[in-house]
Amino acid sequence: MAFREYKIGSRVFGLALGGSMCITLFFPSFNMREAVSTEIALDKQLTTGWDAGWNLSDPFMQGSNKPVRVWLESEGQYAYVYPAGTRMPNAVQHPDNLGAIVEKLSMEKGQLAKAAEKGRSNPDGAVFLIDIDQDSKQPYIEYATATRGWNAADVLNAAADENVQHIGAGKSMFVREGCWWCHTLLPEQTQDWQVFGAPPMLGDFNGESPTAFGSDRKGPDLLHVGSRNASREWMMLHFFNPRLVQPHSIMPRFDYLWGSVDADGQKIDFDKWRADYTAYRAGQSPVPPDVPVPAKDSKARALIDFVLSLK
Amino acid sequence: MFKYLFAKNEDIPAGSSAIFFGFSSIVWFVIGTGLGSFNAAKLAFPDFVTGNEFLSFGHMRQVHVHAVIFGWISMAFAMAMMYITPILGNTRLWSEKLGLWNCFLWNLGLTLGLTVLWMGLTSGREYSDFPWVIDLYIASCMAIPLAVNVWMTILTRRTQGIYTTNWFFAAATFMVIVVFVVGNLPEFFHLTGLTEAYLTWWFAHNVLGLWITPVAAAIAYYTIPKVTGNPLYSHRIGHLHFWSVVVFYSTPAAHHLMSAPLPEWLKSFASVEGVLILVPAIAFVSNIMLTMQGKWNMFVENLEVRFTVTGCLMAIPLNMQGGFQQTRAINWYIHGTGWIVAHAHLALLGFSTFLEAAAVYLGLQTLMKRKLYSLALGNVHFWLLLIGFSTYWISMTIAGLIQGAGKIYEVPYIDVVIAEHPYMIARWVGGTMVFVSNIIWLYNMWMTARAGTTVPAGRMPHEMAYER
Ligand code: HEC
Ligand code: HEM
Ligand code: HEM
Repeated sequence: MAFREYKIGSRVFGLALGGSMCITLFFPSFNMREAVSTEIALDKQLTTGWDAGWNLSDPFMQGSNKPVRVWLESEGQYAYVYPAGTRMPNAVQHPDNLGAIVEKLSMEKGQLAKAAEKGRSNPDGAVFLIDIDQDSKQPYIEYATATRGWNAADVLNAAADENVQHIGAGKSMFVREGCWWCHTLLPEQTQDWQVFGAPPMLGDFNGESPTAFGSDRKGPDLLHVGSRNASREWMMLHFFNPRLVQPHSIMPRFDYLWGSVDADGQKIDFDKWRADYTAYRAGQSPVPPDVPVPAKDSKARALIDFVLSLK
Repeated sequence: MFKYLFAKNEDIPAGSSAIFFGFSSIVWFVIGTGLGSFNAAKLAFPDFVTGNEFLSFGHMRQVHVHAVIFGWISMAFAMAMMYITPILGNTRLWSEKLGLWNCFLWNLGLTLGLTVLWMGLTSGREYSDFPWVIDLYIASCMAIPLAVNVWMTILTRRTQGIYTTNWFFAAATFMVIVVFVVGNLPEFFHLTGLTEAYLTWWFAHNVLGLWITPVAAAIAYYTIPKVTGNPLYSHRIGHLHFWSVVVFYSTPAAHHLMSAPLPEWLKSFASVEGVLILVPAIAFVSNIMLTMQGKWNMFVENLEVRFTVTGCLMAIPLNMQGGFQQTRAINWYIHGTGWIVAHAHLALLGFSTFLEAAAVYLGLQTLMKRKLYSLALGNVHFWLLLIGFSTYWISMTIAGLIQGAGKIYEVPYIDVVIAEHPYMIARWVGGTMVFVSNIIWLYNMWMTARAGTTVPAGRMPHEMAYER
């Protein structure tokens, strides 16, 4: 670096790159910090838990160690149940992500700090609720294990299976199976919303990871698909083989998410099913073979729970 | 290669690392485009291969993207750096041994990383899909050793000044490390929400803008003057190119998220800066075209020049497309459609691949001191690549426009899928031509190593006549 020009050059280079990082990273960080969680954001982060992408608590992305959402008939609201050992949601360790007001309410009225005391490993399990503060009309997280003494295992045992939604595990499937290569979770701010529903607002993502917006579409946007089509039956057929309900679809079959047995514990004979289906497509059989109902703990069930939760 | 990993640095023949990088990159090119063609077949014929989780589109798509970006493009870059940097500094590569280890670790890491992605283990962030453990590996075992070698070679050069190509190499190897580490902060520190989404695209944009674009251009700054014998038309324009890449290309990351609820000022700013990327683009293309003055016959006669100039010519539509598609007036129409996929392939398969292919052709012949085995096969490679790519680009652009129209006229989505079908097939045919051309290339290069005519000391391969 003998020349003076090179010394000046490297300094100017540092200045240019630093300046650009300042504008593109440092300045926007102020705006993003101001984002206050909406109710949608709280629901999303509590249903999907710590992370739906690759992380140490679910290294093979089997959808394990994930919370469940439970519909409480008696209360008329959802409880977010983190069975013992499930990694706590992001808001517990990083409450400042919630945005100032929501953080304050969650800490004061929701006793969220008590959840942080349990540490990341969450040895006894935890139950969370989302409440709306009457004065400020802001949503906040309630740590029901502290405020109401609710125990995760009890809430789960008391709930009927159709009220338990494995949304967190389903989102892991969504990420793992690459649904986001074909579907976005981001209706655009232009005409799009007339078909796909409202575009999300600034505070709708706090604490969610990954956001999996997607950049290329080969199928419809899914952010509000649950309000367009809430049929579990349709989803089941469609995931097993999209061409059963939509002959022109290019969506892949996700039958392998059914696992080896169906809801009745019967072994699923995929080879026979595919052979029967081929015969049906060839016109040799008037009806397609029946689609097995996914087992309670199958990945297909979790995925359907997730998709139907996208309201 | 293995026998050299533990040899003394002095005992390793000069150019070994570049040769290994060169061949690895071609192999990854074949693998990557093969996967691309397989994916395209799945989009055209959804029941093509089914019932196997690991062969489903959602598992394979990111493997294709990372095989071509980290395997083909980046390894071809490493090859070019290890070949060109020492020559321009009139010296040897700082450490051949480090270079060989780098190549070995790179292949190993990439194989591991792609296997992990293949299993679906992903961070869920486009272009930074690798889990953070692999990211750390890439930074420490792939990017940093390369940067050290390039920097040390430049610092220990035996020339006074530093030529344009080498500024770009030095700056880009440094910037890619910064981009890689900062862009993956969401994974290291579990940043969430909009911050995560924005940093995802900050990373993707800057990897394209501060790594792929400048290094590909730097290669052309070497190949064209070297092969034509003309001096670079203007160093000043080279400066303009360099500084405007650093200042303008590093800022418009938000233009990938024009429809997300990011701060409005950031989107507007990105949109303006994005148009300003036309400055480095025009500087680069004009500089190369003007260097060609008086030697345009070589565009027809010489394979390396033909590749490089074709790549530069493709930079024109690429950047025109880019500059316009990110304004709000146009982005809402084509965002998220096949148009973007076409743009992405025009960038990486058109513009950058053609420039790198020239460097790999030239570098391998020079370092192995062998004339290319067969000109005929070289020509077949060029034309299949060009025609295959054009088919891809045209069909996906049309598909994208159909999708855009479907989007604004609120056509039921399935009708868009039906309308796109012929173009999906055309894309698959085009992409398969690219794949086939690369197998031919690999064969041609392999035969060059085995049976190419020896180039006498002190001569360049392009000065010799072809024998086949
Ligand atoms: C190859 C691209 C592709 C992949 C991968 C893909 N889909 Fe689809 N998907 C489509 C297409 C095309 C349609 C529209 C045609 C249809 O209804 O099948 C669609 C439709 C849908 C619909 C119905 C949308 C509506 O508006 O009614 C849902 C729900 C859906 N997909 C969910 C998923 C999920 C969940 C995954 C991942 C497990 C997935 N898709 C993976 C292409 C894909
Ligand atoms: C003037 C120059 C350019 C501008 C303004 C520009 C702008 C853009 C924009 C706005 C997008 C996103 C569009 C959307 O999703 O709505 C995009 C995508 C892309 N660009 Fe460019 N571009 C330019 C040049 C380049 C170059 C030189 C390269 C690479 C060498 C490149 C590679 C890509 C790739 C790979 C994508 C796809 C990203 C994805 O997966 O969605 N572009 N470009
Ligand atoms: C060196 C060559 C290539 C490079 C660098 C490359 C790069 C890429 C990139 C960056 C993407 C992501 C695009 C986006 O998200 O906008 C992509 C997607 C894709 N590529 Fe390639 N590609 C290459 C060759 C090919 C070939 C030969 C084919 C064969 C047809 C192919 C088929 C595909 C397909 C099908 C997708 C998925 C597109 C989608 O999701 O709609 N690619 N490639």
